[in-house]
Amino acid sequence: MDDQLKNEEHTGTSRRSFLKKSSLITALALTPDTVIKAAEKGLDEQIASAIETMPLSLTINGVKQSVRIEPRVTLLDLLRERLHLTGTKKGCDHGQCGACTVHVDGQRVNSCLTLALTTEGRNVTTIEGLADGDNLHPMQEAFLEHDGFQCGYCTPGQIMSAVCCIREGHANTPDEVREYMSGNICRCGAYSNIVDAIMDVKQGGKKV
Amino acid sequence: MNQFSYMRVTSKESAIAALAKDKAAMFLAGGTNLVDLMKSGVTSPERLVDINNVPLATIEETKTGLRIGALAKNTAVAENALVIKHFPLLSQALKAGASPQLRNMATVGGNMMQRTRCHYFYDSALPCNKRSPGSGCGAIGGFTRMHAIFGASDKCIAVHPSDMCVALTALDAVITVTGPKGERKIPFGDFHRLPGDTPEQDNNLQRGELIIAVDIPFNQLAAHTHYLKVRDRASYAFALVSVGAAMQIRGGNIADVRLAMGGVAHKPWRLKEAEAWLKEKSATEENFRKAASMAMANAKSQGGNAFKLTLAPNTIVEALKTAAAQA
Repeated sequence: MDDQLKNEEHTGTSRRSFLKKSSLITALALTPDTVIKAAEKGLDEQIASAIETMPLSLTINGVKQSVRIEPRVTLLDLLRERLHLTGTKKGCDHGQCGACTVHVDGQRVNSCLTLALTTEGRNVTTIEGLADGDNLHPMQEAFLEHDGFQCGYCTPGQIMSAVCCIREGHANTPDEVREYMSGNICRCGAYSNIVDAIMDVKQGGKKV
Repeated sequence: MNQFSYMRVTSKESAIAALAKDKAAMFLAGGTNLVDLMKSGVTSPERLVDINNVPLATIEETKTGLRIGALAKNTAVAENALVIKHFPLLSQALKAGASPQLRNMATVGGNMMQRTRCHYFYDSALPCNKRSPGSGCGAIGGFTRMHAIFGASDKCIAVHPSDMCVALTALDAVITVTGPKGERKIPFGDFHRLPGDTPEQDNNLQRGELIIAVDIPFNQLAAHTHYLKVRDRASYAFALVSVGAAMQIRGGNIADVRLAMGGVAHKPWRLKEAEAWLKEKSATEENFRKAASMAMANAKSQGGNAFKLTLAPNTIVEALKTAAAQA
């Protein structure tokens, strides 16, 4: 946690220092009209402030996090690049594959299309927050038992989605599971085992 | 993604004021389409006005129907007991769209505002009159499998991608928007537009206006309803052709009927002539087939989508048959 904050502080500072020190031309090439207008007035300080970061406080896996980020940072990039929670995967980065699925206030969403600043005050759960200490979540155990993956890249998203599939009440039949898991693509084609794993957890009746 | 500034608003008034002040600003709701467009460089707003905290997400019964707030999530609408009871077509259409994750994020207003999924629109290396007016249309004479068979122009042959909007068109919904000049109502069928010479305009919402709600008037069509979506995979794909069908059947005769199609035009495509012809006719496959041929009268192939000229009428017939067969 402390390390995470230190890292985040370090990243934030160096980026800002870089912007302040960098030449106007470099800045111009990288920045939008508002900044160019500020630059035309020769106000370097305004360039830095126009690309200012904004504060964000949210709870991730039960831990309160306060960071400063640029508005264009997605929840996925915040998790992976700033907080080093790399369990959540970047697949297509366009909301088409589901590898980035996390829970926001208990709802499964694509973190790649979620701007992090829109999660102010929210509760985010990632794959790292699913297990209870060393005890795997029933869905994680079921994926292991049923071999619900091959390369494993889509697995965190599949598992986060699968947990909600059951919680939402959409895991009553294999067909319903297939429909309600359609937002998670598996290029290895482990679908049949994934459906088995979900049905097993559903029928096992354990709390998910 | 371009850099931009970001602000949150908590009221309609502050949302409208924020957009009035800044011509390069856009509203951000669920973000499922806008953030994607920004990543692709198709849209580059300088400021996003986050409206997610504006209280516009309620779904409530009024004297004349249901009122759905513009920020109600697609999942919340699809799973709502009142929606399922009175307007199952809307619930079915919503569930046919996107994925559970995207439906948890996407809002009703945002769904209306989503832009075409035409590949030529998304690829900024290619000409597109919708993205860069005057640059030409890359799709015409190109790969047209997904494109329009109705209402296209020589400037644009893109289709509107929404399933929800097909249902809302069929259900005679009315949109309420507000803006610097106050509130106004737009019948759903008048909201989206055909491309004509200005395909850059998807709809008739004015700059600075905010969608606040959709009203759906009560009807007698809930018992015989079917949304049929034909696509390249069983789920989580945009429609090649979709049909929303809803009927009131009395003694084997069609007392009332609504028909609309998706994936075939620049706007959700209501089949009013076919509806009028079907009224008071018996609910038979022969009559459904005649109505479907009538609906196809002005259909035109772009080449790669010629199969839609056969698929579309067949989908209409199948949707009507399934709706009629419901007990």
